[in-house]
Amino acid sequence: MADIFFFIFAATAIGGGIGVVLQKNPVGSLLFMVGTLASIAGIYVLLDAHFLAAIQIMVYAGAVMVLFLFVIMLLNLGHDYRDDIKTGLLLFLAFATAGAIGGLLARQLRGAADNPILAHFPGPEGMEQLLAEQGIVGAIARPLFTDYVVAFELTGILLLVALVGAVAIAKRKV
Amino acid sequence: MTLDFASNADYLWALLPEIVLSAWAMVVLLAGVRRPHETPASPEVMAWLSLAGIAIAAGVNGWLYGVTSTDPTAMITVDGFRLFANWIFLLGAALTILIAPPYVARQRLQAGEFYTLILLGTVGMMFMGGTQNLILLFLALETMSVAAYVLTAYNRRDRRSAEGGLKYFLLGSFSSGFLLYGIALVWGATGSVHLPEIGATVEAGAGFTGLLLAGMALLLIGFAFKVAAVPFHMWTPDVYEGAPSPSTAFMAAAVKAASFIAFVRVFMEAFPALYESWYPIMWWLAALTMVVANVVALSQTNVKRMLAYSSVAHGGYLLVALAAANQMAMAGLLFYLLVYTIMNVGAFGVLMVVSNYGEDRLQVEDYAGFGWTRPLLAVLFTIFLLSLAGFPGTGGFMAKIYLLQGAVDSHLWTLAVLLVLTTVVSYYYYLRVAWFMWMRPAPEGQTPGSYWAPLPLSLALIAGAGIILYLGIFPSGLLDGAMAGAEGLGLVRDTLLGLNP
Repeated sequence: MADIFFFIFAATAIGGGIGVVLQKNPVGSLLFMVGTLASIAGIYVLLDAHFLAAIQIMVYAGAVMVLFLFVIMLLNLGHDYRDDIKTGLLLFLAFATAGAIGGLLARQLRGAADNPILAHFPGPEGMEQLLAEQGIVGAIARPLFTDYVVAFELTGILLLVALVGAVAIAKRKV
Repeated sequence: MTLDFASNADYLWALLPEIVLSAWAMVVLLAGVRRPHETPASPEVMAWLSLAGIAIAAGVNGWLYGVTSTDPTAMITVDGFRLFANWIFLLGAALTILIAPPYVARQRLQAGEFYTLILLGTVGMMFMGGTQNLILLFLALETMSVAAYVLTAYNRRDRRSAEGGLKYFLLGSFSSGFLLYGIALVWGATGSVHLPEIGATVEAGAGFTGLLLAGMALLLIGFAFKVAAVPFHMWTPDVYEGAPSPSTAFMAAAVKAASFIAFVRVFMEAFPALYESWYPIMWWLAALTMVVANVVALSQTNVKRMLAYSSVAHGGYLLVALAAANQMAMAGLLFYLLVYTIMNVGAFGVLMVVSNYGEDRLQVEDYAGFGWTRPLLAVLFTIFLLSLAGFPGTGGFMAKIYLLQGAVDSHLWTLAVLLVLTTVVSYYYYLRVAWFMWMRPAPEGQTPGSYWAPLPLSLALIAGAGIILYLGIFPSGLLDGAMAGAEGLGLVRDTLLGLNP
């Protein structure tokens, strides 16, 4: 059952990604992107990462995409239907590269269950135990504020830089 | 003081310079926005305030030499490489802030935010030099890059600044994507984002080799974008030319240094066992960068654009050190980055004086007659140019000698010869500016004496030129420091050559 859902979500995610690139209308691209992000949220649910899935829907598929839509509509974009995708060799090369990376991933991970490196990852049993012990939010919050507290604080500085920079560039009066 | 990172509070001590500098940046930000819009804070006052923060951070960085870390799995390391790199970043930021005020005032830029962004960008660089964790490295790189994007587009009244900022932002984000995908693949292949752990896994031959190679290649592309190696340098000339001159000085010196520091740390700590895979790529990157950048620089008549290509060319020399990958080359790289930071910011300082703190008088003809009008500044500029060219008696010469030494130690004869040949080629475009300065009279009808240079800028330039000359004659003190900083890095090549079994 989970396998079937996985393949449905994976297919819609990849199809949505291709749709983003192939659409000429930016609003169309955006809607495909919402589809991709929602499918990835579905995959997160299958991986027992329910909190991440909820955040994915709320922040990415919801807030960020709506902001994108506002920007496209406020700037009155989306009336330019020129064919901006390079055709021929470049298109072929782009898909060939993407396919090669996908093939490499598949080849490497096929039948790799005995690779010792997999012990570094928790796996399904480890995840279930973690969720039982710490809960869905705790499994993310605890490392975030202990092991990765430096990264958390640095993210704060990064956001401050982005905020100060955005205000400095976009201020009405200079 | 010994840190074992048993408690996360130890990070407060290990990160004290970064914490001090970011807190101080917020003080500068608040001091800048406190004033009403009609009477903005004076750029000089804000500059001195920022410099005080850098001085404190530098003092704390000196204190860190007495601190040892006993936990190799900590996210932040306290090693000589990091502390030496911190000196480079702090020096680059301090020199930029010293030469910036007249430009900021003349172009009516917002001083508070300008210096805040420089300080926070420097914090990002210091994290890049100090971290052993790929997640933290990415966040630090983005902190530095976002600050650099904004500093490029900072002059709202100049179209070229906006154009450069947009180009830099788009291509920079694109390259960050490569880097992030590389990090993800390396994590998938080795199960770790911690550089020494990745190194151990790779050396043991465990993990998914194909994924690892793909991840490493993507990391290499991402870093090659950031250090502007040919053929990933397309953004550099437009961005460096369009950005306000103090921002260009900061980017060409400190941002480039930080990218190289992170590049070295990732490849020397995580992938030394794959040296034979990445060495040919590094070889070609170095050779192409040296040749292409120097040849293209020959035909530039705009001095700022010429310095942009020169900065690409210096990246090529530094890539030779990465290809050589021994301790001597790593020490040479640290030495080179320090000297390069001083001479590059110094050259941009004089460039700002001649262009009258604007973006118009940048052609090489505009330097005609400058020498005899302002002899002191012209002498300083000549020293910086000679050092950039690598003339004997300057720090730039000694820096190139150490890079050569590293290349020769690793038996990279072709690269060593290319380094010397391209250096000789570069004499032409550096000395052409000096020739215009001293040998050509000022054109008729132009009023001389418009070259105004405030005291802090002159003092910074004199101090910079003094250090350059001192290092040209007595380099051993700094080299010892650089050797201590490079300790433990780059044993790869020595082992391969059987020098260090």
